[in-house]
Amino acid sequence: MTKVTSDLDARFRTAAADAGLLDAAYDLVETPLGTLLVAATEAGLCRISYDPEPDRELEQLGRLLGTRILRVAKPVDEARRQLDEYFDQRRTEFDLALDLRLSADFSRRVLEELARVPYGETTTYGRLAARAARPRAARAVGTVMNRNPIPIVLPCHRVVGSTGSLVGYGGGLERKEQLLRLEGVAL
Amino acid sequence: MAVPPFERFYVEHRDVVFGFLVRRVGRAQAEDAFQETFLRALRGWNTLRHGRHLRAWVLTIAARVVFDAAQGPPSNSLLQGDEEPVEDGRPAYAELAYLADELPPTERAAVVLRYGYDLPYAEIGAALGSSEEAARAAASSGVRRLRRKEGLR
Repeated sequence: MTKVTSDLDARFRTAAADAGLLDAAYDLVETPLGTLLVAATEAGLCRISYDPEPDRELEQLGRLLGTRILRVAKPVDEARRQLDEYFDQRRTEFDLALDLRLSADFSRRVLEELARVPYGETTTYGRLAARAARPRAARAVGTVMNRNPIPIVLPCHRVVGSTGSLVGYGGGLERKEQLLRLEGVAL
Repeated sequence: MAVPPFERFYVEHRDVVFGFLVRRVGRAQAEDAFQETFLRALRGWNTLRHGRHLRAWVLTIAARVVFDAAQGPPSNSLLQGDEEPVEDGRPAYAELAYLADELPPTERAAVVLRYGYDLPYAEIGAALGSSEEAARAAASSGVRRLRRKEGLR
């Protein structure tokens, strides 16, 4: 069978993104924490997944954002560059447009507060709840952290229990520890 | 059957579509036609109501791209269906295109590729992933169905 060359394949993918015809573009990004699936809409970065199973991930994104989803490197390049720098300890803040439409009101408020927790520092679920104007909602904040659509960039790894225990992490506790160490947090 | 993510559809059909286009217009022009075919598919993607018969669907788009390229810009007559009937048979076919829309997808693709684009049955069979005989059978059963419909009107 006549196969499409990788050059032609890449040209189509880029043309599709440039024409603004996609609900979302995604690519796989290699990091010290393993391969990440990184997805973006026209509005901004919308998803980072650990240990991605692309098939399942695409179904899910398709249900949430629309099925015009294509793997294209370019729309994700800036996020890839900043993630590289972050893991090289050359970047302490991400400067990326985010698309939080996958999160409902309370979650979004919590995630916006989460974005303000600085590099190399930690906060607690309770304090984050207070900052999101729901001081008694520490447990709900835990759930929001667990479902954080954009981990690393939205630093849920910086949120720990009131006793200083790491509690949990959507990508596995080991990764939470790795990220905090990378940022120079004493554990 | 739900409409799949475009990525899955594209990966599944890109080689079939490219092979089809190479046979139709040669390798040099196939690349542009390939890109145009899948861009049109993306533009039409949200009009799909289910994920069946996507191969027949995308091949009729590819055939239309080849046809449009042969016409040269700005002709879009088959899509518009508003041109005067002329001798080569294609715009005349356009008068029947609305009927073909009601056919089952495989029959529709076979009829469109045969009578709209003049493809030989061997190639229609290859495009649809079946045999020459199956393509011939699908086209003729499509035509019979069209005649019955036409008779009813």
